[in-house]
Amino acid sequence: MEHDTHPAVRNKTFISVWAILVALTMASVGASSVHAGTASLLVPLLIATVKASLVLWFFMHLKYERALFKVMLLFPLGTLAVIMGLTFVDTWFR
Amino acid sequence: MSTSVASHHSDYTGAKIGMWLFLFTEILLFGGLFLLYAVYRAKSPAEFHEATKHLHLALGLSNTLILLTSSLTAALSVSAIRRGQKYWALWGIGVTVVLALAFLVNKYFEWKEHIGNGMFPGSPALTSLSHGENLFFGLYYTMTGLHGVHVLAGAALLCVVYVFVNREKVNQHSYSLLENACLFWHLVDLIWIYLFPLFYLVT
Repeated sequence: MEHDTHPAVRNKTFISVWAILVALTMASVGASSVHAGTASLLVPLLIATVKASLVLWFFMHLKYERALFKVMLLFPLGTLAVIMGLTFVDTWFR
Repeated sequence: MSTSVASHHSDYTGAKIGMWLFLFTEILLFGGLFLLYAVYRAKSPAEFHEATKHLHLALGLSNTLILLTSSLTAALSVSAIRRGQKYWALWGIGVTVVLALAFLVNKYFEWKEHIGNGMFPGSPALTSLSHGENLFFGLYYTMTGLHGVHVLAGAALLCVVYVFVNREKVNQHSYSLLENACLFWHLVDLIWIYLFPLFYLVT
């Protein structure tokens, strides 16, 4: 049977990632209480993207996977970015 | 003889690629809904701003913390099975399922209150509000509802995996099922990471 080449991820790594995720969640709550127009929209979404990347990279083991998995993920994300981009070009400039 | 050889055949990497491909379809499914939210929000920012005030930050925040913690216990269970620690793996899966149910209980009380206040799609209280607020609540029910179905499916899947680990069908040498179930669970967490700021935070 084929196995992962890397050893099991240490518990300490996962617990640290979890602590950072909780801290970022609190930071996004704090940031949203400051009413600063567009920034109060963008900052929580940027924080969410950092959190999502941490989940993908550590919890979903992407860090430890071969390049194939990392490249594969770029396809749905790229597709989504293109669809979002083109739709907004239409929404803004119609 | 030949059937027993065939039944032992497995492709670890292939199974994982298959799971990721399925997760991609999920990303695009929710991606379409996020796109809908983005366009409607861009068209009626003031109404979305008003509608956000109907939601309780404390409930959204506690559900976020519940899901983040459940992702941790799911990740720990995969490491545990790989070290051959069956009981730690079972503990991790069990806690994840309990947290999934806690999330749904929270969601139940949240929806119950909205519906009790007459804030459900097509209700007189909601249709008397602006078009933008109706769109917000439509998206809120659709997106958190579809996400809730995924939480339920993930919890059910983890229950099945729990039985398999307990019977040692999933073990130190063959743990694809647990790993892939946890990948699904992390995706459910990932989607909520975006739902939380969009519905509870961006005011």
